[in-house]
Amino acid sequence: MSNHYYNADDLKKFGQVADFQKNLGDSFFKYYNEVFKDSELTAREKSLIALAVSHAVQCPYCIDAYSSDAYEKGWSEGQMMEAVHVACAIRGGASLVHGVQMMNKVKDIAM
Amino acid sequence: MIEDIKEVTEKERKISLHGQHHKLANVQEQLDVLEHGLTGNSTLTPFRENLKQSGLFPLKPTSIEILQINVGKMCNQVCKHCHVDAGPDRREIMTKETMQQCIDALKKNSSIKTVDLTGGAPEMNPDFRWFVEEIKKLNKQVIVRCNLTIILANKKYNDLPEFYKQHHIEVVCSLPFYTADRTDRQRGNHVFEKSIQALQMLNETGYGIEGTGLILNLVYNPAGAFLPPLQSSLEKEYKDALMERFGIRFNQLFAITNLPISRFLDYLVRTNNYESYMEKLVNAYNPAAAENVMCRNTISIGWDGYLYDCDFNQMLELKVSDPSNHISQFNKESLSQRSIKTGQHCYGCTAGAGSSCGGAVA
Repeated sequence: MSNHYYNADDLKKFGQVADFQKNLGDSFFKYYNEVFKDSELTAREKSLIALAVSHAVQCPYCIDAYSSDAYEKGWSEGQMMEAVHVACAIRGGASLVHGVQMMNKVKDIAM
Repeated sequence: MIEDIKEVTEKERKISLHGQHHKLANVQEQLDVLEHGLTGNSTLTPFRENLKQSGLFPLKPTSIEILQINVGKMCNQVCKHCHVDAGPDRREIMTKETMQQCIDALKKNSSIKTVDLTGGAPEMNPDFRWFVEEIKKLNKQVIVRCNLTIILANKKYNDLPEFYKQHHIEVVCSLPFYTADRTDRQRGNHVFEKSIQALQMLNETGYGIEGTGLILNLVYNPAGAFLPPLQSSLEKEYKDALMERFGIRFNQLFAITNLPISRFLDYLVRTNNYESYMEKLVNAYNPAAAENVMCRNTISIGWDGYLYDCDFNQMLELKVSDPSNHISQFNKESLSQRSIKTGQHCYGCTAGAGSSCGGAVA
């Protein structure tokens, strides 16, 4: 076991997760590849969504992969940062909107 | 080994590596990096091993159908990725005498149907127009690789679209992206703006317009250390963006991979991207692309008349393995039997969907 939890080189080994459970691994990658193909949304659009989601789930492997992929697919630095802000706004908003619950509770118990 | 390659200054960017007396202007230095890596202990699979696995070693020509002629290294631009190391300071240009030798070879070899003219900016060769006219007299298809900005660089070039049209030349133009930012970062300030003007002039002449038969193709190449995306998707994006923003039409988009030689190699080394880029290329090796590499049907001719398997081997000074290695001794039969010289740089043409002067090959 390495002495740190995240290693950039591990990203290249992603495919090897199928080694311990082939059927599920293969099924996942088949599905994964299907998801990112040009379809109702283009592969390019999907790449930018993946970049935003990568930041929302804070996965360093995904950020590495989709920063390259989105840039390769022609998104600019500004567009990519706006996508990250979308993730940030939703995450921040998700906390803040629960403030309504807090307010409801306080209103329930306060004189 | 290469640690003394320093950050380039703005001034250095305006001249070639050759003009800077840069270490990587030396072909042997480039070959050393490619064969042995930056630290001298490259662990990358040798290209020939992959070719062997694909049953393609030694690589042989299929047929010689295209002559790609580099008429000189002089250029009005100094693009950061240029494999020719072209620029305004380069003085190597093809003489009329060598051009005549090319024409003589074409006369004797009717099976060669296409002549692909490249540079530098080929139009800067003072005998360019004469050469085109002579080739057209032989009823060959002529392709010119135009950098677009040359059309606006000087009054004497403003009529190039008309000249191309008059001789029914296929024009292949570099436009690494449909936005100014990426284009200018690779090709220089204001190049995008001028390229758009030049494309509009070409459209006005009929180039890229349906029904005219005048072919205008564009070339994408990545502005950084990454591979091109899917050519067909990118072509659609280019068409939509250029039409919507500038009313520009064109025929096809060729997505070309940057090969790790010359100025692009320098960029990779300077930015610590060399190893990861090579790894990307090697991992993306595609046997179907290897089967269709352009060196199998093309002979590349240098400004001084020497023959090469491709424009990249030409820049690495790897002449064809054939006794007739100069255009003055052009021998199609003998050249058809030769083995094509390959090296680690060849991974650039076999990665993913493959890459050639006509774009993806697989």
